[in-house]
Amino acid sequence: MSTSRRQFLKMIGASAVIGLGGISAFEILQPGQFEASQLSKNPEALVGKRWGMVIDMKKLDNETMQKCIDACHRIHNVPNIDNPKEEIKWIWPETFEHAFPGMESKYMSEEIEHMQFLVLCNQCDNPPCVRVCPTKATFKRADGIVMMDMHRCIGCRFCMAACPFGARSFNWRNPRPFIKEENREYPTRMKGVVEKCTLCYERLAKGLKPACVEESNGALIFGDLDDPNSEIRKVLREHYTIRRKSELGTEPSIYYII
Amino acid sequence: MLELAIKGSRRYWSWVIFLLAIISTGVISYLYQFRVGLGITGMSRDVSWGLYIGQFTYLVGVAASAVTIVLPYYLHNYKKYGRIAILGEFVAVPSVIMCMLFIFVDLGQPLRVLNVLLHPTPNSVMFFDMIVLSGYLFLNILCGWYVLGAERKGVPPAAWIKPFIIIAICWAPSIHIVTAFLYQGLPGRHYWLTAIMAAKFLSSAFASGPSLLIIISLILRKFTRFDAGWDAIQTMAKTAAYFLIATIAFYLFEVFTAFYSNIPGHMHPIKYLFVGIHGHTKLVPVMWTCTLLLAIALPILIIPKARKNEKALGFAAVATFIALWLEKGISLVVGGFVPNPFEKVVEYWPTLPEVLIALGVWGIGFFILTILYKVAISVKEEVIFDKYGERQIRAE
Ligand code: SF4
Ligand code: SF4
Repeated sequence: MSTSRRQFLKMIGASAVIGLGGISAFEILQPGQFEASQLSKNPEALVGKRWGMVIDMKKLDNETMQKCIDACHRIHNVPNIDNPKEEIKWIWPETFEHAFPGMESKYMSEEIEHMQFLVLCNQCDNPPCVRVCPTKATFKRADGIVMMDMHRCIGCRFCMAACPFGARSFNWRNPRPFIKEENREYPTRMKGVVEKCTLCYERLAKGLKPACVEESNGALIFGDLDDPNSEIRKVLREHYTIRRKSELGTEPSIYYII
Repeated sequence: MLELAIKGSRRYWSWVIFLLAIISTGVISYLYQFRVGLGITGMSRDVSWGLYIGQFTYLVGVAASAVTIVLPYYLHNYKKYGRIAILGEFVAVPSVIMCMLFIFVDLGQPLRVLNVLLHPTPNSVMFFDMIVLSGYLFLNILCGWYVLGAERKGVPPAAWIKPFIIIAICWAPSIHIVTAFLYQGLPGRHYWLTAIMAAKFLSSAFASGPSLLIIISLILRKFTRFDAGWDAIQTMAKTAAYFLIATIAFYLFEVFTAFYSNIPGHMHPIKYLFVGIHGHTKLVPVMWTCTLLLAIALPILIIPKARKNEKALGFAAVATFIALWLEKGISLVVGGFVPNPFEKVVEYWPTLPEVLIALGVWGIGFFILTILYKVAISVKEEVIFDKYGERQIRAE
C-alpha cells in the first residue's frame, strides 16, 4: 500500500511540475494552496484580484493583431489545422457583426462594420462554461482566470455548448502533428479535450504580461479590474467601452474601445 | 429466468444474429473512433454535439414513456394494461442503457468517464442526469424482473415491491426533465432557451414511447402467441394521440414566440430548420419529412375509425416514432448550434462511421430488448392467464 501511495504522491508532484494536472489535485487536498505556493515561489509574479483586458481598436491595426495571434498560438503550441471544422484557436479576428451580433445597425459606419476585432475567451466573471462542466476540468481561479485542466477533461463538450462566445476549441484529433515548432515550456494537448485561452496564467506567474499584450504596442491593456488605481481602470474611466453580449449576464472581463 | 432466452425458434435466432452483426460493425467503427478521435464524425467546432447526443435525448424520452403504461396500471388499476405493463418496463431498461452508451461514445476521453464520479460537481446538470439515469435503470430492472418472476410462479407480487413501483413512476419524468435542463439553461442558444423545453420533451416522449409499444405489440401479435390485447393497444394509441397534439401545439407556441416577437436570434434556428439560411439547407428535408409524417399520423390517431384499423394504426405509430426521432434525435441538437455564436452557419451531417456507431448502440439496445422480451413472452406463454384471470395468449 505504501508503495502505491508513494507513487500516487509522485504522480501528483510530477503532474504539478509538468502542467495543469497538479492544480486540481492540490485544489482538492488543500483548496487555495496551489496558487499561494506557486505565487510564493516567484516573488515577481503578477498578483491581481480580477484580471481583465481592454482592447483599444483605435490603436490595433491588422498587422499588429496578427502578431498578437501568432505569438499566442506559438508559445501555447496551438496547432495549425486548416480545416475550419476542426480548427483550434485561442485568439482570432472577427468582423464587428460577427463579434458583436445584435449590435450592428443598418446605417453604421462601414469602417467599423468591416473592421477586424480581436476576440478571445472573455474570462467571464460568471462563466457558464464553469457552471456546466461535470468534472471541474473548467474552473475559475480567485483572480478571475477561467482555467482548463486538460488532464481531467472528459471531452463531453458541454462547455462548448454553454459558452456563448464560441471561445472554446476541441481536439477532434491528435493535435501534435499540426504543431510546426513545439515550445517545450508549455504542454501540448492530446485528442479529445477542450482548450481555450487561459490569459497566459503561466506568464503571470513569472511576472510577465500575457503574450498578446506584449506584442500589441500598447493596444491591449492588461490589468487588475478590482484595483481602482490600475492603468486598466484609468483607461476604462476615460473611454467608452463595450463588451461582447453583455446582455447574457456572463460579465466578460474583456472590454473594447471602438 | 434467463435460460428462457436461449431456447428459441429459427426466426428468433436469425434476428439475434442480425443484431449481433450490426453490433459488431458498430464496435469496429467505435474502435476506429477511439483511435483517431471524434474527428471521424461530422461534428465541428461550431456544432459540437450531433447524432450521438441527439439519440441520447430521444431515448431518454422512450425510457421515461414506460410510465404511460405503468402508471395507469398500478395507480389507476387499469386492468387492460396488465399484460403489457412489464413490456413497458422492459422498454425502459435498454433505452436507459442506450442513453448511457450514447453519452459514452460521445466522449473525447472515454477512459476518463469516471471523473464524473470522482469529482462530483453538483452545479453541473450532467451530474444529476447521471444520477437520475442510473436510478431509473435500477428501478426498472428491479420492478420488471421481480414482477415477472412473481407472475411465473403464479403469485401476486409481494407488497415490498409496491413502493419501488411508485418511486419508479415518480422518477420517470425526472430523467426527462433533467435532460431538458441540460439544454434549456444555456445562454446564447436561442433554440434551447425556452422554459417549455422540459414540457416539450415530456409530451413528445409520451407520444413516441406508446407508439413504439404499439409497434412492438403488433409485431408480437404477429410472430408470437402473446397478445397485448386490442383494448390496450387502442388506449396506447389514444395516449399517443393526446400527447402528439400537445407536442405539436408546444412547437407552434415556440414558432409564435419567435416570429411574432420578431427577434432575429429566436427566428434564425427555426428558419434554418424549415427553409434554410443563406443557402444552407441540410436539415430542411429532415424537418419537412417530420412535418409530413406527423400530418398523416395525427388524423389516424385521432379519428376513431382510422385508429381502429390495424394497418393504419401501425403506420401511424411508425410515422410518429420516426417523425419525433427526426425532431429530437437530429434537428433539436443541431438547431441549437446553428447559427453559431458568431451568427455564422456551419452545417452538420453525420458521417458513415458515426452512423454505424449509432446503429451499433441501437443494435445493443434491441439486443437487450429482445432478450428481455423473449424471457417475458416465454413466461407469459407458459402462464397463459394473468393475475386477473385474463387470457394472455390467443387460443389456437
Ligand atoms: S468566454 Fe466562454 S469560455 Fe471564456 S469564460 Fe466566458 S463562457 Fe467560459
Ligand atoms: S469538455 Fe471537458 S472542460 Fe468541457 S465541460 Fe466537458 S469535462 Fe468540462
